[in-house]
Amino acid sequence: MKKIIVAEQKPISEIASLIYDYEKILLVGCAGCVAVCLSGGEKEVEILAAALRLLRQQQNKPLEILTFVATRACAPEYLVDLDPLTKNLAVIVSLTCGVGAQYLADRYPEKWVIPAQDTKFAGGSGEHGIWEERCGLCGDCILHYTGGICPIIRCAKSMLNGPCGGAQNGKCEINTEMDCAWQLIYNRMKLLNKLDKLAEFQPAKDWSLARHGGPRKVIRKDVLIK
Amino acid sequence: MVTAEINPPKHACPENIKRQAEFIACYVDALNITDCSTAVVRLSSIAAGFHILSCGVEPIIQMTCRDRNRIAMQSDLLGAYSLGIRNILCLSGDHQKFGNHPTAKNVYDLDSIQFIYYLNRLQTEKVFFSGEPIKEKEKVPHFFIGAVINPFADPREFQVIRLEKKIRAGAKFIQTQCIFDLEGFADFMEQAEWRGLLQKTYILAGVAPLKNYRVAQYMQNNVPGIVVPDKVINQLQRAAYPAQEGIAICVEQIKRIREMKGIQGIHIMAMGWVEAIPEIVSRAGLYPRQK
Repeated sequence: MKKIIVAEQKPISEIASLIYDYEKILLVGCAGCVAVCLSGGEKEVEILAAALRLLRQQQNKPLEILTFVATRACAPEYLVDLDPLTKNLAVIVSLTCGVGAQYLADRYPEKWVIPAQDTKFAGGSGEHGIWEERCGLCGDCILHYTGGICPIIRCAKSMLNGPCGGAQNGKCEINTEMDCAWQLIYNRMKLLNKLDKLAEFQPAKDWSLARHGGPRKVIRKDVLIK
Repeated sequence: MVTAEINPPKHACPENIKRQAEFIACYVDALNITDCSTAVVRLSSIAAGFHILSCGVEPIIQMTCRDRNRIAMQSDLLGAYSLGIRNILCLSGDHQKFGNHPTAKNVYDLDSIQFIYYLNRLQTEKVFFSGEPIKEKEKVPHFFIGAVINPFADPREFQVIRLEKKIRAGAKFIQTQCIFDLEGFADFMEQAEWRGLLQKTYILAGVAPLKNYRVAQYMQNNVPGIVVPDKVINQLQRAAYPAQEGIAICVEQIKRIREMKGIQGIHIMAMGWVEAIPEIVSRAGLYPRQK
């Protein structure tokens, strides 16, 4: 399973309406996570560009599209090669994730950046064509309490002290296709002979370490260059 | 002990819940007020509790973790206590997906066990959930804290551990989810006894009168965590007078549940069928109630 930021393209009708007023756009993808999840890599960039050109031809409103795929759109040094392409256009359409889109906006403050992608979650793919959320990015990992299964993001109620009372047949009360995280945790802890751990009280979570404490930043003094 | 449950209205007029409360007042010892159950917006449980207090009925207000963070919870707890409310049932709450605002953001800052733990600590150690001491110690609330158990939810073997955790966290009474599978419930109670839990809390077994087989099917398919066995659904489907059959089934269940060790009371979830409560309580031999 590859752990990535998982994104999904917006419907083409929505993308088309977002760029309707423009005659020339730069469509930027990324060879990182969004290429792995088949939504914003080189192939998807070219397919979307072709589809938008066709659509606009049909509308008698031709659209010129330049394309570019960054090695990693979340690292500004990979955007340097993009600079020459941004001349003489007002709009950048991003097929990168939400992080990449913001680095594009940072680098080109005078350009209008339009997201063509909905960035969904941190997850992976155990089966071709299916991606699943695995990490809630809470900033304070507790997987060692829960048998390697995250209740914060995989339980619909983020229950930390056991299941909620709504699961049936091992499935979540809000989605019968989705495993109850606590069923999985219970099974795993039983297998590991650690059920007594689940009887321990888990205190309230410090959500200030998650996004509730405001935007987060990691500073590693050991690798700072300045 | 006999308790029942009413849903506040989806509007701002309290007359109907007051009427319902007065109607069943002498058949119950206390009345649960749901907190936007199935995530449908209704008049607040605290306000409704205040209204039924004025009718001379003891309210048990429900409070869920779904809609409030720990700040709002404590603020509402202080407010509820100031209005004379003394009993609280702490729940995680039905997910908003089931209600009339499925696009809402949920909270779940605390889970139900944490809620019970920190409320109990607030009362005994006189500290807020954060640990900050409450200065005027004689003015802290002192609720009778209750919790919910669903013996039939998955993972089933975990439910008795949940019961133990809730008791250790500070739950002084337990109301169970609706019980239709009596053998399954007896198994659960045996496990609870084996763990030595029966002396540590008051367990009120939840029952629900089913008006007809469609209600039974609806509950089986649409209410999270409720298991209505096919046997019960078939019995209602075959009955000439389904409502009478529903009451008879409920009365029989109460009698059998009361024979189980460790049962301290019955909690009747009439789900809109409040008219059935007097007959159920009387026929189950639980009337008159001692005040």
